[in-house]
Amino acid sequence: MSGIAQLSSGGALPPERSGETSRWRGILPLAAALLASLLLAAAILVHANPAPVGSSGFWIIVQSRLLSVATIVLVATAQAVATVMFHTVTANRILTPSILGFDALYVLSQTALVFVFGVSATRMEGVPKIIAQSALMVAFATILYGWLFSGRRANLHLMLLVGVVLGIGFGSVASFLQRMLTPSEFDVLSARLFGSISKADPAYLPIAAVIVFGILAYVWVRRRTYDVIALGRDVSVGLGIRYRREVVTMLVLVAVLVSVSATMVGPMTFYGFLVATLAYQFAPGDRHADVIPLGIGIGLVTLLGATFVLRHLFSAAGLVTVIIEFVGGTLFLIVLLRKGLR
Amino acid sequence: MSLTAETERPGASARRSGRPWALPVAILVVVMLLALSLSVGAFDILGDEFGAEMFWITRVPRTLALVLAGAAIATSGLVMQVLTQNRFVDATTSGTTEWAALGLLLTALLLPGVGLVGKMVISSVSAFVGAMVFLAILRRVVIRTTLIVPLIGIMLGAVVSALTTFLAAQFNLLQMVGTWFLGSFGEIVRGRYEVLWVVAIVTLLVFLLADRITVAGLGKDLATSVGVRYDVILIGGTALVAVAAGVTTVVVGFLPLLGLVVPNVVSMIRGDNVRSNLPWVVLGGTGLVTACDLVGRTVNMPFEVPVSLVLGVVGSAVFIGLLLRQAKRGAL
Repeated sequence: MSGIAQLSSGGALPPERSGETSRWRGILPLAAALLASLLLAAAILVHANPAPVGSSGFWIIVQSRLLSVATIVLVATAQAVATVMFHTVTANRILTPSILGFDALYVLSQTALVFVFGVSATRMEGVPKIIAQSALMVAFATILYGWLFSGRRANLHLMLLVGVVLGIGFGSVASFLQRMLTPSEFDVLSARLFGSISKADPAYLPIAAVIVFGILAYVWVRRRTYDVIALGRDVSVGLGIRYRREVVTMLVLVAVLVSVSATMVGPMTFYGFLVATLAYQFAPGDRHADVIPLGIGIGLVTLLGATFVLRHLFSAAGLVTVIIEFVGGTLFLIVLLRKGLR
Repeated sequence: MSLTAETERPGASARRSGRPWALPVAILVVVMLLALSLSVGAFDILGDEFGAEMFWITRVPRTLALVLAGAAIATSGLVMQVLTQNRFVDATTSGTTEWAALGLLLTALLLPGVGLVGKMVISSVSAFVGAMVFLAILRRVVIRTTLIVPLIGIMLGAVVSALTTFLAAQFNLLQMVGTWFLGSFGEIVRGRYEVLWVVAIVTLLVFLLADRITVAGLGKDLATSVGVRYDVILIGGTALVAVAAGVTTVVVGFLPLLGLVVPNVVSMIRGDNVRSNLPWVVLGGTGLVTACDLVGRTVNMPFEVPVSLVLGVVGSAVFIGLLLRQAKRGAL
């Protein structure tokens, strides 16, 4: 597994990080990403604002656009953290939760909920719903993927292919069930399923913010533990880490983050992969303290940039996720082929 | 990697010759499915005075379309598997159908006046280009494990269909593209299905060329040394696959994983003799697509669920089953 897993870090040792200049060089990518995302966020807020600057209409438009920016911040953070943690747990850098079909599983579980319980499924809202859903998803994902990938069968390409096909299958089952719903049930489902960057649900944002930033804070506190876990099971146990408990916690957090992100903007298969792969390329080291902030920064730049270009230059705001799929899918193909191409 | 992984099963040939009734029984089952397909529908063909007319306008064309499309997609899947020496390749897992849709979209954008035949030609050409791109990538890949080949194809298809979706959304054609991505026989009526006879020719040609395609699958050197013109067969076989994919995309839409599931299940039961498996693949393709279509038609009457959704569920379940089965046997 490790042959492919070590794509970006294999080869040369990380450079000596002692002098003043190299420390600055290490911070440079992160600073650039954050600066660029600040500029892009400002551009999204004020570009082509029809009302005169400073008038009350101006601020109303800025506020409504602020919702999109907030959604992007949450989605970028959730996806970057989830993907990097998943890579740490699975000790490879190709599999991501979304590519393995987590997103499609989320859509399926939502559809099945409405299919089984009908319109009354909406009565359960807020934090208990999110907790119940995430618990359901984690349990199901753990059982399913645990059964599929246990023991000798654990082969990276097999996992990838099975995950991709599972995603196709979940998608088909979900669409099939959606066809069976009555129009009013479908209405309920689409209201909760097909969020997008341009029409964020202001009621959900605070809940999502608490969840995402809470998890981010927890991950940041435990970042050194995760550095050790990245070294593998035996080393971690030898260094006194309760490996199994840590890994299960991490997977639970990943599932929660993915479901939050999928609730807000729908499934994006390759976004997490895109962000994490670029972060490994440009991060000064392999520590979580290096990779996670840079991943969030790159996630912000890509999503804000795509939103700005599509909404204001092409006036096609609904297509942000399509473009991310296109770029991310191409990158995935390149990474998949890079070791294999002559 | 190789297709012969399943062949050497002792007793397979003995069992085959010991069951002369197997093929007639299979034919009978498929014929019964087709009869069922002729009789199921929202319109009462026996009671109503226009019953006979409706029967010939919708039911018969639809059932013929099921036979033609199912047989062609299943056999062309077998051709791809033989040519690439990989069990898990078909029009879905090589991205070929996505290229056909891209070609169809470009036709709608650039040449909106083109008729049905023109659309079929362009979409087949586009599918051919896509299949050739896929084969060219495969040729350059050094690590060609059984599993990485379909992965590359699926990703290629995802990228192409993202491009198609983007273009379609830019020009307000999303709804049109949606009907190609979701294959359905619901709109097949007299006057629309006839072009599908083209893919019957494809199926026939595969029957005639079966042995050459098998030899070409063994590699260029071997094929040339036994007197098969490798390049001609490779390009010809790919063209057959492309025509099947292109024409069915125009008339019906995507039929996902059909070309993968049927040949694999057939060779799981009967071993890997391409020539003697072909009738079974034709029967299996027809039977599976008819059964899925019947499910889609009856499960939510009087509405229809597109057949591609049923096929997607069945196909991905069988595909994963095949993968895990091979992995358990240590063949991957």
